[in-house]
Amino acid sequence: MGNEACALGAIVAGCRFFAFYPITPANEIAEHISILFPKVKGIYIQMEDEISSIASVIGASWAGNKAMTATSGPGFTLMQENIGYAVMTETPCVVVDVQRCGPSTGTPPLPMQGDVYQASRGSHGEYPIIALAPSSVEEMFTLTIEAFNLAETYRTSVVVLSDAIVGHLMETVEIPDISAIKIVERKKPEKNSGAKYFLDEDVAPMPVFGLGYRAHVTGSTHDEGGFRNVEDPVYVDKVVKALYRKIHKHKDHIVRVETKYLDDAEVALLAYGSVARTANYVVKSARKEGMKVGLVRLVTLWPFADSQVGEVARKVGKIVVMENNLGQILSKVREVAAKYADVEFLPPRIIGTLHEPAYVMDYLRRICK
Amino acid sequence: MSQVHIHPLLVKYAREGAYRQPHCPGCGNGIVAQCMLRAIDELKLNMDKMVFVSGIGCSSWIPSPFFYADMLHTTHGRPLAFATGVKLGNPELRVVVFTGDGDSAAIGANHLIQAARKNIEILTVLVNNRIYGMTGGQVAPTTPHGMKTKTTPYGNMEYPFDLCKLVEVAGASYVARWTTFHNRQLVSSMKNGLLKKGFSFIEVISQCPVQYGTFIGIKDPAELLRMFRDISVPAEKAKTMSQEELEGKIVIGEFVNRERTGLAEAYQQLLREMEP
Repeated sequence: MGNEACALGAIVAGCRFFAFYPITPANEIAEHISILFPKVKGIYIQMEDEISSIASVIGASWAGNKAMTATSGPGFTLMQENIGYAVMTETPCVVVDVQRCGPSTGTPPLPMQGDVYQASRGSHGEYPIIALAPSSVEEMFTLTIEAFNLAETYRTSVVVLSDAIVGHLMETVEIPDISAIKIVERKKPEKNSGAKYFLDEDVAPMPVFGLGYRAHVTGSTHDEGGFRNVEDPVYVDKVVKALYRKIHKHKDHIVRVETKYLDDAEVALLAYGSVARTANYVVKSARKEGMKVGLVRLVTLWPFADSQVGEVARKVGKIVVMENNLGQILSKVREVAAKYADVEFLPPRIIGTLHEPAYVMDYLRRICK
Repeated sequence: MSQVHIHPLLVKYAREGAYRQPHCPGCGNGIVAQCMLRAIDELKLNMDKMVFVSGIGCSSWIPSPFFYADMLHTTHGRPLAFATGVKLGNPELRVVVFTGDGDSAAIGANHLIQAARKNIEILTVLVNNRIYGMTGGQVAPTTPHGMKTKTTPYGNMEYPFDLCKLVEVAGASYVARWTTFHNRQLVSSMKNGLLKKGFSFIEVISQCPVQYGTFIGIKDPAELLRMFRDISVPAEKAKTMSQEELEGKIVIGEFVNRERTGLAEAYQQLLREMEP
């Protein structure tokens, strides 16, 4: 199951602190971790809500642990303030959002890709985020590991934007040779390095609590030493830009896009997460019927793959954006692709369900005439 | 030329460049800070192994950035949730939370109840000035009934929390209340809390001459301290008094001091049992 693979990925990545509040459809992640963690000297705690789950994850991260929480839409909303805090204080942590139908309580067990903008813009203020979108059970494993590697490399909170389909999906997975998997450990400061623990666009080393660094960590506007300055707007400018550059300067290392059959493609289907499974299937069927259709799958949702999508737009006549919502990543695609190619949007026939292959094929036959 | 005398506790425990206090003149936070540093000094605790966690509000600036130790200044109401992660994440650390009545009796009250129930080994010092000081004197869940504030211009229709009772029934291992007048008792209580292997809670009723003082018409900090002295009743004596007699009084003392395994220790026991 996707959620189980996520739990295993976290353990392989070195995660040893997991905090959780029960919510459908993310519960299986916590159930597996609560069984497995004590065997690997990990701490599992069920907190009183999602606000305290993410808060304790951030605390545990400063105490020297790789730390994670998992949730779904409503809980993800409650976490937003402290996700902003994690970004502001440059705290590595992973948040798994197994998306469900909203708004509000919505339909808990059904999937929707409704949290794309919540992932990047849910907290107040100006900040960057990294979000990955797994499409398979295998990717619930590999992308959870990658999320930890990115979180530790860039000292930030990374979102794994899964959904009820991928989280509850059962399929066979080949677990690769664990010893060959790349695991990133966080950079600690040299003693007496001048205590510049924050705001380096090439990522400052992170002082761990209890080792004598005596770090000052605050969600208020601060300088490189962590000292609060809430009077001078120059510090606001500095913080906001340093945090932004830390991620966007290293976009080439962060952003991953997968493409298929694009060489001669006239139409590109662009999808991510569970929807990319249908897109992948349909592209193959379309090719059999002689339609020149290719596939763009966004593995990284944020930062948005603007140069990669822009490049595709220059090659093809039309990009069809497929999402299980009313068009969220669509606006980012239009922003970079509209001047080179037609951008169309194809939601599923019924929001909250998968795009049926036959429905997408009919659509392709119409536009490829 | 005048000579500058720096307090020896400041030399020993203050973060370089953090000598300037952000609190209003006459605020009780300075007393609370000094009591904590005295307790740490008398116990000879290693500041390398101490973590201070605070939320948002006047009390949060007691340790941040002033105390020279690892310091996590967090979001409004959540310091106990952050501190739970710090303590479970490294049980060797001694974790102290500074919070206020807005922080942990209103927006974060559930975290206070749950941390007490979990009996996590954290000392919480809740500085209760019975009003929202930093934001300009709005009513708090600790404001006395009938009192006028910025947002209860016709008098407070609600009743205040008894935070010590709340934390006691929730399951804390150590519970005490003092006022800023009772600083010697407070130091001794803080020492007990720092050494306790469970959730410890100390409520400090503190003077806010600028906001609270304005609304009750006593703006002189010394006079507010004398008032605390006069209306305080020791816990033992309070037991013999009626509800009417206790009206407007502050019951002080140690209410709970019991032994129960703390959560971090319980978890470590499990990890030892699970070792192959």
